[in-house]
Amino acid sequence: MRATLEKDKKLEYALFLGCTVPVRGMNYETSARQVAQKLGIALVDKEGFSCCGFPVQSVNKHAALLLAARNLSLAEEAGLDICVLCSACGVNLSEANHAFQSDPDLLSRINADLKAVGKSYSGKTKVKHFVRILYEEVGLDQLRKHIRQPLSGLAVAPFYGCHYLKPAEIHDRFEDPEDPKSLEQLIEITGAQALYHSSRISCCGGGVLGIDEPTAQKVAKMTLDSAKATGADALVLQCGTCDVMLEVSQKKIGKTFEVEYNLPVVYYPQLLGLAMGISPEELGFALNRVGSREFLERVQSLPIG
Amino acid sequence: MSQEKREKIAVDKLDPKFKDQVAQERGGEMIVRCFACGTCSASCPVRQANDRFNPRRIIHMVLLGLKDEVLSDDFVWLCAGCFSCQERCPQGVKIGDLMTALRNIAVREGHIHPSFTAQMNLLGKAGRLMEIGDFENKKRGRFKLPPIQQDAAEVRTLLEKCGVLQPEEVQDRGGG
Repeated sequence: MRATLEKDKKLEYALFLGCTVPVRGMNYETSARQVAQKLGIALVDKEGFSCCGFPVQSVNKHAALLLAARNLSLAEEAGLDICVLCSACGVNLSEANHAFQSDPDLLSRINADLKAVGKSYSGKTKVKHFVRILYEEVGLDQLRKHIRQPLSGLAVAPFYGCHYLKPAEIHDRFEDPEDPKSLEQLIEITGAQALYHSSRISCCGGGVLGIDEPTAQKVAKMTLDSAKATGADALVLQCGTCDVMLEVSQKKIGKTFEVEYNLPVVYYPQLLGLAMGISPEELGFALNRVGSREFLERVQSLPIG
Repeated sequence: MSQEKREKIAVDKLDPKFKDQVAQERGGEMIVRCFACGTCSASCPVRQANDRFNPRRIIHMVLLGLKDEVLSDDFVWLCAGCFSCQERCPQGVKIGDLMTALRNIAVREGHIHPSFTAQMNLLGKAGRLMEIGDFENKKRGRFKLPPIQQDAAEVRTLLEKCGVLQPEEVQDRGGG
């Protein structure tokens, strides 16, 4: 059993939004903030955060680590660990920490470069994904106590995406990347059923969207097909880039392959928020693009208790 | 895979040192361990969607020394970076990191993919891949989200320091 929230344990993080979430995932951001507030997790807005550095790694790995270090140093300065909403931000910031820990020379070179912007980083900032914080720091037992409107009767398809789990080495091997269970468990405490499907740990295709859209669409199609085949009321995910592929691009992909998916996609904090009794408006459902009205009607129709 | 076009390899054009160059690059260290089992290609979601991308083939090309073919073809840019192969490789080749290493070398040799040029310019200008201005902040306000002040100066300085962006390019933009 993972750690549960003790009475005097204060959960406080610098909220790292990255590029995609604050612009295209406001429903994710607002639902995470709402849920955090109710659970007593303080998410602090820190000025100066930029892109995490992930997109730079393809061009220049050192520059990607350097941008990561700059962001990490801002949190370190404030004495806070980082909470990410985007899995790619999580992997890039954590990988930088991992690299600095195993290679002190690298950290010295990074610090020499950081002088150009008047910053330095000692390696103290820990980085965790919001959903992992719910799972490990708050814990399932504590979360269960906050459920006001169990979603019994609802069945959803979980989607982990890549960088929440992989590379496992970068994420302290907190879960088996081939057979993870946290998202299913987190779904089940809401009262909803988590349906197994073969693409639950697949790639959304977002990594090649800018390079070759037809390929990205085909990769996303595999997940949409496998989730749709379960008859799920919704697909549940936890990364802004996955959402761009599986929700924002869903209609377009359906058009390309002449399939009508109409598969609602919700962020995990939105699902949890509904079960905690937070209103759909406060959870940003106005910004869900696929079948959110039908999904919310379905939730409304669930037998109470 | 069986239908792949068979091309002759000109032995005199091979660069036997290419694999060493790759092995010296961060992320490429483990390449010589590959014994070509194909677990990477079998695990690859991009490979399933597009047979132009084949990680086992790329690794084999590097080991043979087909440097120009690897660096100038855009297939090194097709890796989605999902790490499925990396988790499963029985030899610990760290294939996702290896693909990043190959891209870094390709960039230094003048083969950057245009979509990344555009992304780097945007980072230099906005400090993030999606700009946040009045329009976005107004929308954020409607969802009771705090405004974000984008400031690219430090990101630009660091990207220039690493040679990702050219200083003069940015000065032009700053003036306009």
